[in-house]
Amino acid sequence: MNDQLKYYSDRVTKGLMTRREFVGRAAALGVTAAVANSMLATAAKAAGPVKGGTIRMGIQGGESTNSLDPALAASAVPTVNLRNFGDCLVNVAPDGSIENRLAESIEASADAKTWNFKIRKGVEFHNGKSLTPDDVMRTMERHSNEDATSGALGIMQGIESMAVDGDNFQVTLSTPNADLPYLLADYHLQIQPDGGFDDPASGIGTGAYMIEVDEPGVRHLFKKNPNYWDDSIGHADEIEVLALNDTTARTAALQSGQVHIIDRVEPKIAQLLDRAPNVNVKSVSGPGHYVFIMHCNTAPFDNADLRMALKLAINREEMVDKILRGYGTTGNDFPINKAYPLFDDTIPQRTYDAALAAEHYKKSGHDGSPIILQVADGAFPGAVDAAALFQQSAQAAGIPLEIKREPNDGYWSEIWNVQPFCASYWSGRPVQDQMYSTAYLSTADWNDTRFFNDEFDALLNSAKAELDNTKRKEIYSQMANILRDEGGLICPMFNDSVEGVASNVGGWIEDPNLTIMNCMAGIKCWLDA
Amino acid sequence: MRIPLAALLGLFFTGLFFLMAIFAGWIAPYGMAEIVGDVWEPPSDQFLLGTDSIGRDLFSRMIYGGQTTIFIATAATALSFITGSVLGFFAAVSGGWVDQAISRFVDLIMSIPSLIFALVVLSVMPTTITILIVLMGLLDSTRVFRLARAVAVDITVMDFVEAARLRGEKTGWIIFREILPNALSPLVAEMGLRFIFAVLFVSTLSFLGLGVQPPQADWGGIVKENKEGINYGIAAALYPAYAIAVLCISINLVADWVLNRTTSLKGGRG
Amino acid sequence: MHPILKLVAQRVALGCLLLFAASVLIFAGTTILPGDVAQQILGQAATPENLANLRAELGLNDPPLTRYFSWLGGVMQGDLGTALTNGRDIAESLGDRLSNTLFLAFWAALISVPLAIFLGLLAVRYKDRWPDKLISGVTLTTISIPEFMIGYILIYWISIRFGWFSSVAIINDSMSLGQKLNAIAIPVMVLTLVVLAHMMRMTRAAILNVMQSAYIETAELKGMPMLKIIRKHAFPNAIAPIVNVVMINLAYLVVGVVVVEVVFAYPGMGQYLVDHVAKRDIPVVQACGLIFAAVYIGLNLVADIVSILANPRLRHPK
Repeated sequence: MNDQLKYYSDRVTKGLMTRREFVGRAAALGVTAAVANSMLATAAKAAGPVKGGTIRMGIQGGESTNSLDPALAASAVPTVNLRNFGDCLVNVAPDGSIENRLAESIEASADAKTWNFKIRKGVEFHNGKSLTPDDVMRTMERHSNEDATSGALGIMQGIESMAVDGDNFQVTLSTPNADLPYLLADYHLQIQPDGGFDDPASGIGTGAYMIEVDEPGVRHLFKKNPNYWDDSIGHADEIEVLALNDTTARTAALQSGQVHIIDRVEPKIAQLLDRAPNVNVKSVSGPGHYVFIMHCNTAPFDNADLRMALKLAINREEMVDKILRGYGTTGNDFPINKAYPLFDDTIPQRTYDAALAAEHYKKSGHDGSPIILQVADGAFPGAVDAAALFQQSAQAAGIPLEIKREPNDGYWSEIWNVQPFCASYWSGRPVQDQMYSTAYLSTADWNDTRFFNDEFDALLNSAKAELDNTKRKEIYSQMANILRDEGGLICPMFNDSVEGVASNVGGWIEDPNLTIMNCMAGIKCWLDA
Repeated sequence: MRIPLAALLGLFFTGLFFLMAIFAGWIAPYGMAEIVGDVWEPPSDQFLLGTDSIGRDLFSRMIYGGQTTIFIATAATALSFITGSVLGFFAAVSGGWVDQAISRFVDLIMSIPSLIFALVVLSVMPTTITILIVLMGLLDSTRVFRLARAVAVDITVMDFVEAARLRGEKTGWIIFREILPNALSPLVAEMGLRFIFAVLFVSTLSFLGLGVQPPQADWGGIVKENKEGINYGIAAALYPAYAIAVLCISINLVADWVLNRTTSLKGGRG
Repeated sequence: MHPILKLVAQRVALGCLLLFAASVLIFAGTTILPGDVAQQILGQAATPENLANLRAELGLNDPPLTRYFSWLGGVMQGDLGTALTNGRDIAESLGDRLSNTLFLAFWAALISVPLAIFLGLLAVRYKDRWPDKLISGVTLTTISIPEFMIGYILIYWISIRFGWFSSVAIINDSMSLGQKLNAIAIPVMVLTLVVLAHMMRMTRAAILNVMQSAYIETAELKGMPMLKIIRKHAFPNAIAPIVNVVMINLAYLVVGVVVVEVVFAYPGMGQYLVDHVAKRDIPVVQACGLIFAAVYIGLNLVADIVSILANPRLRHPK
């Protein structure tokens, strides 16, 4: 049967049989339409990318306040735009390794303090100027100098000095960091001519596509850059990015064929959407997770027993089941899962235990006044529902949890990282060091659980300089246990990214980094003829 | 007195909804926030309308949601009518700079889109039901004011009002004894619509995530919770929409009937 | 000067004053909101340093009064300034959005206003008979369903099931008029359904109110045909409340369609304003508010003037 199917799919690829005929024949062989379609996609991939056409993407998270300035990108649409028109020094590849882009090669000193990036030659910006190592250094300066407003400022802090040496761009760090290339793969750090100092929002980069129409919060149109240095990506003639913030509107647009790719399919409807004709739902598990965070230094959450009671009073399986509809995995109260290198999978899974939770709650001596959990719809998809589930399971343990819904507007400035107990999410980081340094180090800017633990900090610093991976893994495991038992983080679930793709889209691969193939679906995919 | 069929239907459903709202706690088979089943179960003997997006009984939620929606909309409509019509009549009867001052102030408030206004206020204030009612009532009273004033201005130039003034009647007396009875029918017609708008406004606020606090729900909120299912034939979001529609239609059938009766009282031909 | 002209001049002057008051109100309103534009731009990525840098860059450290008056000075010279969030010229981006909003409102009004008045007249003509009941019933139903719900239902049937019109109403300059109309077809339907009932019912109620008058009875006894009575005697006397409600709905079509914009991803002013309110981008909020206020005040002015012109007693005050 397999040979026969393979024969048919080859014929489709060669244009000797229509897609419809193929699905019909496959059905005759007892293969469902969905499987038949995905077989075709595989066949088309083997046949190589198709050039031409316009890829349309409907993306959530585009506002009319958006700018093309890479430093200011925070939501999905600006990030996709950056990927279309710009390049970083390096990217994190789908398998978690480092892929060289504008850096041709990377060398590190033995102590991981001095780094040397050899800059690719013969690369041109859209305005005709050639890329030089100076542009690279100026870009890094713009994201790290004292006037910087960049979203990448936080990750640039460990840099002591930068220099240009011939074709090379050199970075010297104040403390060793074996993960520097992962930091420089941050999407904010697109290389701009002269670092973008003159006109940060010009939209001029070295990317595979050039911006043609820029209507923030509505649509962005890109045309193929004929001089692009890398032939392996950029297959379509045009990419159109539409800001479709309403979930129902987004799926409707995909179903009615107005867009080819959408991000953030609600898990609730993923299976239903998958059944629709000419549409496939893709999901990939990654480091992103949904959390409830407590400030460890604020009453009543400064009480370790109360924190433990709450951690035990949440039903993780139910959350994964009802909020993620199975598109995800349970969390274990530390922000790391198997998507990270050096993850210790032997740490036991914490489960819902109403009796034990009640015991800890009693031991904490809490006065019985309501414990307020602040939440907004925008905290993460399904946040309010998840809070409702949490309330129910906590009630069963006798914990008086009360939900207070806050408006989405202002949630990240007024509630998150301000109020002692609220819902939030993390999209995750490529490596453990970065995740911990971003949010759980005592001195971290976003220490949103107010977690101050000297032992933990010391372990993190020793891991940074540790080049032996076995030892490093052990240190990370110790840190995970400390956080799991003492931290203010309640991490019920790691969410898969769930995306909808029209069946004529070729070249789709699973990429756990950011949504829609690390935001590079537009430049990597193609439309089957 | 013969009640027309339409009005009877309207009265029946309005009564039914209000009774359900009042006795929600006794009627609802499950608790409002209680998770009793799987996600989006189809209607069955156990769950009359099926379950919602996280497995709560939809029928129970609808009953409690109706309670919230009806209470907020009724209170807000009452508030807007009392404030709006009294101010409107007062402005029309007083005339001159009082009229100008009130009218322009109302124009000023109305010139800012009410949804945006509500959004801004609700993002500063805590969203409690009281604040929702006051906010909606006052925003809506500007609309009532304009209508009441427009109607009353036409009446104040009538001879009988002139006569009352010359008799030396007080403003309050003129408003309640001369203007109100004559302005009643357009106002009653408007009241039905304003109630619908109040219901829809709460729903819209909930749709935008600014409505009542979870796990409480109003009908708009239930629509929002379940709307993703619409494109795949899951009816959970349609029930609250039906409920909103039926309630609004019933109220208006009653309002129409009252309108007809009051015009009869005026001695017209009906 | 003719007293009516004088009245109009007064009203226009008042309108300008109101606009000024509205701009103060909006500025004060957005300034007291918690959070500022710098924090909103950086969002979850904010650190104390880049916050401080951005605040200084955007001039947020000036006192509010200074900011307000420098804004006002600019507006007086026809300069709306640039958006704090993305540094774009406000007049330019706002112009696009405004023309989109007016485009949608225009087509919705073009269909709904004549239809509403026609249906209202028809309902009066066949009062208490089946056309009246049918019209009332249908319009009541459409107005009673939340507009996002109507939108989703129409998308499901018209766009997904039948594939007639597009579900995404994003329009741009490179589209022909036909393409644009295709894109906005479903939103126009939704808006028509939403505003129709209000106008139709008010038309019906206002005319019926007039129909009680003695002069209508006289006309009827003279043997005048019903439609002619409505047209010549009832309608002109009912015009004030009708114009009033039409203006309220026209204003709604311009300023109140945020939800429809969200559902159809339509690039109108409502979404533009909401985005900028969320980011506390005050110059943009001010500019949008000013335009919305101007639309409202202008339409109300029209309603007032028409009421005055329509009522002989007001036209010739004693």
